[in-house]
Amino acid sequence: MELVTAQDLKKTYTGDIPIEAIRGVNFTIQPASFVSFVGPSGSGKSTLLNMIGCLDPPTSGTLTVAGQDVSLLKVKSAAAFRGKNIGFIFQDFNLIPVLTVFENIEYPLQMVQNRPAQERRKRVKELLAAVGMVEQGHKFPHQISGGQKQRVAVARALVTQAKLVLADEPTANLDRETALRIIALMKDMRDKFGTTFIFSTHDPKIVENAEKVFVIEDGTMRESNSGGERHV
Amino acid sequence: MFNILKIAGRNLLRYKRRTLLTSTLVTLGVVAVLLFISASGSFKNMMIGQITDSMLGHIQVHQKGYLAAIDSLPLNLNMKENQVMKIREILEKHPEVEAFSPRIKIGAMFSNYAETTNIRLNAVIPEMELKTVPLLRDRIIGGNSKILLQKGEILVPELLAKGMKVQVGDDIVLVATNKDGSVNGQSFRVGGIVVGISGPGGRDGYIHLEDAQSLLRMEAKEVSEIAIRLKSMGRLDTVSTALNSELESIRNKMDKPVFEVHTWARLTPFFNIVKMIDLMTLFIKIMLVAIVLVSIMNVMVMSVYERIREIGTIAAMGTSPNKILLLFLTEGTLLGLLGATLGVMVSLIAITALRAAQLSFDFGQQKGLVLNPTIGVADMVAISAIVVCIAVIGSLQPAWKAAKMDPITALRHT
Repeated sequence: MELVTAQDLKKTYTGDIPIEAIRGVNFTIQPASFVSFVGPSGSGKSTLLNMIGCLDPPTSGTLTVAGQDVSLLKVKSAAAFRGKNIGFIFQDFNLIPVLTVFENIEYPLQMVQNRPAQERRKRVKELLAAVGMVEQGHKFPHQISGGQKQRVAVARALVTQAKLVLADEPTANLDRETALRIIALMKDMRDKFGTTFIFSTHDPKIVENAEKVFVIEDGTMRESNSGGERHV
Repeated sequence: MFNILKIAGRNLLRYKRRTLLTSTLVTLGVVAVLLFISASGSFKNMMIGQITDSMLGHIQVHQKGYLAAIDSLPLNLNMKENQVMKIREILEKHPEVEAFSPRIKIGAMFSNYAETTNIRLNAVIPEMELKTVPLLRDRIIGGNSKILLQKGEILVPELLAKGMKVQVGDDIVLVATNKDGSVNGQSFRVGGIVVGISGPGGRDGYIHLEDAQSLLRMEAKEVSEIAIRLKSMGRLDTVSTALNSELESIRNKMDKPVFEVHTWARLTPFFNIVKMIDLMTLFIKIMLVAIVLVSIMNVMVMSVYERIREIGTIAAMGTSPNKILLLFLTEGTLLGLLGATLGVMVSLIAITALRAAQLSFDFGQQKGLVLNPTIGVADMVAISAIVVCIAVIGSLQPAWKAAKMDPITALRHT
């Protein structure tokens, strides 16, 4: 069964001049896949990511994520759905500066899912070990490097056992070596936890590693696989 | 909730200078209000205490219409003996009445054999009067303040004694007109000098009740008023209302109430000063509310503005709008609580210092009154509660804005 299914998905921003950001795309994403949305700036890839992440409702069409039609979710239900099913990784890491590494990873379990303390501690320790940050747990974000921050962000996205992790330009602020390590880490996490990763990126390193690449241009989408491209 | 408190607390520490400035402002506001309340309250209580405990008593009972005509001290509006007996019965049974004192108020001519002047007198039973207004003893100079006065003695008001050049032990003559219009004179020995205090009756002299009855050639034992002291001043309004309704049942032939009951507040213009002090306290409190509201709201608006991306991040992760609202409300509340706590602590230190300094002031005839500021726990709790409530209200709009923020817009914010 597909993890994400989009049918004739459209997004139009209304204003003085209406903008059709997504013009009726269809696609499916399987569980535990490593998918990349690529395209120039303003092509609509972030809009698509936001719709899959239940941050922005589509104007029309249907969008199913983890078996739930998310196109009609209200604000509170969307927040609850995100908290349960979706993890986010941001270009600027977006760690909470007043929380330690441990507390940042613990945040979704405590503030979103209200899990018991014992379970939280166990899960955070597992994730800290998985991303190689056990020694840094007590440090605050300003005390660790950019690569380490992104590791923490990966751990935070995975700590709730989310089925899907959406990553918006996750390597844009990292040097090549660190970026490659983060990509390897995310692939490793995908293998370990069976989580689907969807990236919006310009980074060829991620594109090379993606198992499925969707090219988005002017709100339309085509799938680009090794050796061939097809419109979807 | 602990996690929300932790995050809110750490965010306050994150912007140390801003937190310090805002809490200092709130602290100064709280200190100003508490010091004003303690100093003005001290002055107010001292003056009320002086007036009630050395002159008026807490409540007075008169014959209906007496108070309206009190300037002429009308003897024809005195309470009759049987009426006085009825009131005595009621007062003696009343559990909240500590003491009462019947008085005759007289206007007379005062002569030192060389000069003559007017004098207003309270004729009292010394033992009953001292139980009703115990601080009267402190106003007596040069006499026997323990027993106040004996029959045949007069306590002369200080200014009149100076003006008429009379001293303790001197003989004087009082001449008074009784209610039938006949004049009578009687000699008295000056038993003491009574220091004046502010307000009507503050410069009256004192003689024994029986002397007044003989001076006025009263056949029946009439009195002008009965002053009452309560066991607790806090029960003033309740007891006054109860007494009033009890005495209202005593009616004349025309089925009109015979007596009127007044609390000290109706008997002295100082009550207007008390009301003014209360009004000023209210204005000071309003200023505190404004200070807290503006400073907390300002700091919380800044706080939300600076953390828009952070709000977007936690919203994207699935934090409910209610929790985001609670995060910012808690931050504002903690700021208010910090300011209030510091304010109360600084105020207590300042009040202790003021008490130690023994600052004195003059008020009317009274010289060298020592300022003795005190602050009740209720006032401290009330002011702290006002500050915290206003801090919550001040944080509400920024917190609401944060909770309603669109995560995408917030995440795009630079």
